Amino acid sequence: MNDRGRETMGYVGGLLAATVLTAGAFAAVRWPTLFGPGTFAAVCALGLFQAIVQFRFFLHVRLKGSGRDDLLLLLFSSIIIVLMVAGTLVLMANLRGRMM
Amino acid sequence: MSRSVHVGLTLGEEGGPHHQQAESDLFGFWVFLMSDALVFALMFATYGAMLVGTAGGPGPRDLFELKPTLIETALLLASSFTWGMASISLKYGDGKPGLLAWMGTTLLLGMCFLFMEANDFATMFAKGAFPARSGFLSAFFGLVPLHGLHVLAGCIWILVMAVQVILIGTDDRTKTNLLRLGLFWHFLDVIWIAVFSVVFLGGLTR
Repeated sequence: MNDRGRETMGYVGGLLAATVLTAGAFAAVRWPTLFGPGTFAAVCALGLFQAIVQFRFFLHVRLKGSGRDDLLLLLFSSIIIVLMVAGTLVLMANLRGRMM
Repeated sequence: MSRSVHVGLTLGEEGGPHHQQAESDLFGFWVFLMSDALVFALMFATYGAMLVGTAGGPGPRDLFELKPTLIETALLLASSFTWGMASISLKYGDGKPGLLAWMGTTLLLGMCFLFMEANDFATMFAKGAFPARSGFLSAFFGLVPLHGLHVLAGCIWILVMAVQVILIGTDDRTKTNLLRLGLFWHFLDVIWIAVFSVVFLGGLTR
């Protein structure tokens, strides 16, 4: 297979994987008995996995061979985001608990 | 390119001056995207903190529906794929008609998404769910339409780039801008994954 065919297949593969993961998340909510109380956790896990799939196949970010500083930037931003979002949620929930 | 990691990056020899310039241009755009991601992340955090603040007004279960969200998700995902096809068309020099056809398809899908989202908001307004109704709704209308505005900006950008492709052709500068637009468009789809997972699906499981 030539370069073009391989790259097209990369996008097709990404599309298929993303479709399956999206369908899984919506199915989990449509039929709540599937995962029971863990439905939201399942949706989040599927979403996270889909984000990784899209970064890999559509945005062409890889763990190995990226050769750019993109990955470093991405991981650093992820740490900042996790810290700020988790910090905000913990702080605000704590504040609410004390105010109520 | 030996590894063909970056689809569309065909601005000269690997390691050549054009290539290096494009690499640093795109890295700059990545920095912008990540700062944009931070804005979205904090809007998500605000939404999460405000989730319980419905003030007796309509909550997620009264307002969100599975079907429109699924259709919107499919539209955005398809548009991300068609932009990928546009990138490949650009990389292998298929000429203007092929490139413009894929760009036009992407634009059409993006506009369908915006139309459906506007329709959703109108339905919510009809149920009395205005931004000023409660903290939850303020946070919702801060987060979801922000993504919509980004998609709108992306649509306008596609139009602008289509005009450039028609008038100027695909020279190095147009190519770099198309690569940036591609990053932006795919990035918006990743943000939408978080929106539909946390806001819509999360709201419906509560």
